[in-house]
Amino acid sequence: MGTEHGPRSSPHRSDTTLRVNGKPHTLSVDHRRVLLDLLREDLDLTGAKKGCDHGQCGACTVLVDGRRVNSCLLLAVTLDGCDVTTVEGLSGDGEGPHPLQRAFLERDAFQCGYCTPGQICSAVGVLAEAEAGHPSHVTDPSAPSGRPVPLDRDEIRERLSGNLCRCGAYPRIVDAVEDVNGTGHNPRT
Amino acid sequence: MESFAYVRADSLAEAAEAFAAHPGARYLGGGTNLVDLMKLGVERPTALVDVTRLPLDRVTELPDGSLRIGALVRNSDLAAHPRVRDGWPALSQAVLAGASGQLRNAATTGGNLLQRTRCPYFQDVSKPCNKRRPGSGCGAREGVHRDHAVLGASEQCIAAHPSDMAVALAALDAEVELYGTAGVRRVAAADFHRLPGAHPERDTVIEPGELVTAVLLPAASAGAPSAYRKARDRASYAFALASVAAVLEVADGVVAHVGIAFGALAHRPWRARLAEEALLGAAPTRAAFERAADLELAAARPLRDNAYKVPLARNLAVDVLSRLVPDQEDS
Repeated sequence: MGTEHGPRSSPHRSDTTLRVNGKPHTLSVDHRRVLLDLLREDLDLTGAKKGCDHGQCGACTVLVDGRRVNSCLLLAVTLDGCDVTTVEGLSGDGEGPHPLQRAFLERDAFQCGYCTPGQICSAVGVLAEAEAGHPSHVTDPSAPSGRPVPLDRDEIRERLSGNLCRCGAYPRIVDAVEDVNGTGHNPRT
Repeated sequence: MESFAYVRADSLAEAAEAFAAHPGARYLGGGTNLVDLMKLGVERPTALVDVTRLPLDRVTELPDGSLRIGALVRNSDLAAHPRVRDGWPALSQAVLAGASGQLRNAATTGGNLLQRTRCPYFQDVSKPCNKRRPGSGCGAREGVHRDHAVLGASEQCIAAHPSDMAVALAALDAEVELYGTAGVRRVAAADFHRLPGAHPERDTVIEPGELVTAVLLPAASAGAPSAYRKARDRASYAFALASVAAVLEVADGVVAHVGIAFGALAHRPWRARLAEEALLGAAPTRAAFERAADLELAAARPLRDNAYKVPLARNLAVDVLSRLVPDQEDS
């Protein structure tokens, strides 16, 4: 039978090793623990936010093995060996803010800021996906497969539709992503 | 959420064995629906058998020209796959019409097929629901049912299947491969989901312990013009109010092959066989498409608040089919 996790005394916990922002962590996690709670409560990384806790708002967006995901819907125990990047880890030690972080500041792309870490992590994923040739719902189906997809405002809006902003800062969020798009300044991709 | 054991399966046999060893177990793929339902208390597995490390994450072109999509291929990778985009565009379009970028990065092909209805009564454990708790009644029939089924519903259940992907698979004559203790079998995608009848608790024909291992796209429809169109309340990131997937081939001025499936109208993707029969051999005109859609939708039995779905689905079907007619054949 597959690997039964958890010592006998505690069938509902397992040791799990994750790399978070480049640093390895081994934790005994309750099987119910989702990545978002592990980041915020066990590792004090409070950048990723709990909005809806049901994968609907995108405030908890982080990158797992380079792909943007809703950390509220990922059970931490399943991520053994995975590489997690949160908003805190987008720029390396000693580096300034990530170009998207700088663009959000320059464009004033938020009001309350609660959705911002998720928006930024999601935008990092958007730029990487477009570069890798991933189409979106608004991409012309006849566009050639496998080539980078140019991102106009409609593309950015569609691709960021999984990130809600209750303040309604969308126009400036799109401005900020547009500023970084195509500049080659998305070092995590 | 209640506590559960966790088993990471390294092979199909191990997965099936672990499932059998834990009554009340569930297989775990991307988890985007299952983990949510666990948070809501709708699903309360005693154990999760994690199948995400199984080698089912590849898209393979088979010698006969068909395409094998591993059950663990993520929705985003499926939609972006050049062979899928070029050969079966309705599938790529359907996947991209669903969920968000984050969810598509996590959700798997197998899990997309097995996702549960978003009926609010099913998702709320304080409400009656024959699908969640057989015999408890249906809150939706006299309640909030704007999003619910107009075709093939039963007294017990009027839930609609939420998948976009499955609608395209049904229209494209795809097959679903299942692995179980009795061996491997294949089911037509159009027959994989059930109508609710007296047993709405069963969404599909899958047997307990069986695992979706792959979806197969037939060589026959490779390269045929196909498309998916979805109507929803928002421009993005919302479930369908109605949708249509269609594949259409025209030869010598008449319809040589057609596959049509409706989404969000029934407990399963609704393969429009009556409409297809009416169109086969006919000239591909707008009038013919209208008659065919009307013929199919004559069976609709809308409720108080979802009658809008019938003309919406009809117009979507006519639009999608009309666009699939090659320019020189347009009449």
